[in-house]
Amino acid sequence: MKKSTVIILLVLILLIAIVPLFALKDAEFGGADDAASDAVSEVRGEEYEPWYTPVAETILGDEIPGEVESLIFCVQTGIGVGIIAYFMGRFVERKKHSEK
Amino acid sequence: MKYLKYNKKLIAFMAFVVTMAITPVAGAMHIMEGYLPLSHSVAWFVVCIPFLVMGYRSIKGKVDENRRNISMIAIAGAFVFVLSSLKIPSVTGSCSHMTGTGLGAILFGPAAMSILGIIVLIFQAILLAHGGLTTLGANTFSMGIAGPFVAYAVYKALSKSNKKVAVFLAAFIGDLFTYIVTSLQLAIAHPASSGGFATSAVKFLGIFAPTQVPLAIIEGILTVLIFVALETYAEAEMKSLGFASGGMK
Repeated sequence: MKKSTVIILLVLILLIAIVPLFALKDAEFGGADDAASDAVSEVRGEEYEPWYTPVAETILGDEIPGEVESLIFCVQTGIGVGIIAYFMGRFVERKKHSEK
Repeated sequence: MKYLKYNKKLIAFMAFVVTMAITPVAGAMHIMEGYLPLSHSVAWFVVCIPFLVMGYRSIKGKVDENRRNISMIAIAGAFVFVLSSLKIPSVTGSCSHMTGTGLGAILFGPAAMSILGIIVLIFQAILLAHGGLTTLGANTFSMGIAGPFVAYAVYKALSKSNKKVAVFLAAFIGDLFTYIVTSLQLAIAHPASSGGFATSAVKFLGIFAPTQVPLAIIEGILTVLIFVALETYAEAEMKSLGFASGGMK
């Protein structure tokens, strides 16, 4: 794969992810699972009450605050990126070393 | 020097990935806590058990076979961690996230992904109230088992003709299939009062599938990119997993 192909693909990813945000200015961009919860009540023709509350919400007695939720999602991303970057870094350096 | 440049791009790309995750968006998309009746919760757990046993054996086998495989398993697991944490706006005006399970399924075979999938799902169920403990079995089945098995089948069917296309389609179809299974699981649990299972299935597919298509394309591209990066820089590891060399030119 050529380097230019890689760059084109990265730009393409960016566009796919960002264009909806600008194209659909009025959309809420809520989660697809929230839409699904509403749909559950809709197809049943009656309100559906989940019979179990998420542990974190039971402990907090409330929903996880939005900012804290995004923090935890960031921690998840961070852990993943850290591991990938660590191993990729080692691989890249090793290859450079062995070619000298 | 060439590699150093590529590495800088990689770092820039990682930085972008992290920035994307900071954008706060509410909600997401495994089956929500408490949304499956108890009998379904238990049934999906039971279905998962043999796959989890297979997965454990598969991972243990790969590690015993060659210690080098540990770093590759870590990368595959981390890839699932990253991709399933990024909630991306889609053409339907909802957000959803990717699964990231295609890469591992291609590298290690599908069984191993049940273990990597359930780790991520437990993390999200406990800390994020995203997905749930009662729905863990059903979600593990869709994300850690059904998706990866389909991805693996697609890769095996196509890899002889064009490897990159095979990787792309495997990740793309595996991602979509995960959400098709999620929709069907919800439809079985919540048949419509008029029209039953089929009506519900159409309804849930209508919510998950169109939202997921652009994300599945992104997942396909990302999986190809990391696959090529591994072929380029982790030749020895890829060889020990049975992949002939290829990679960047």
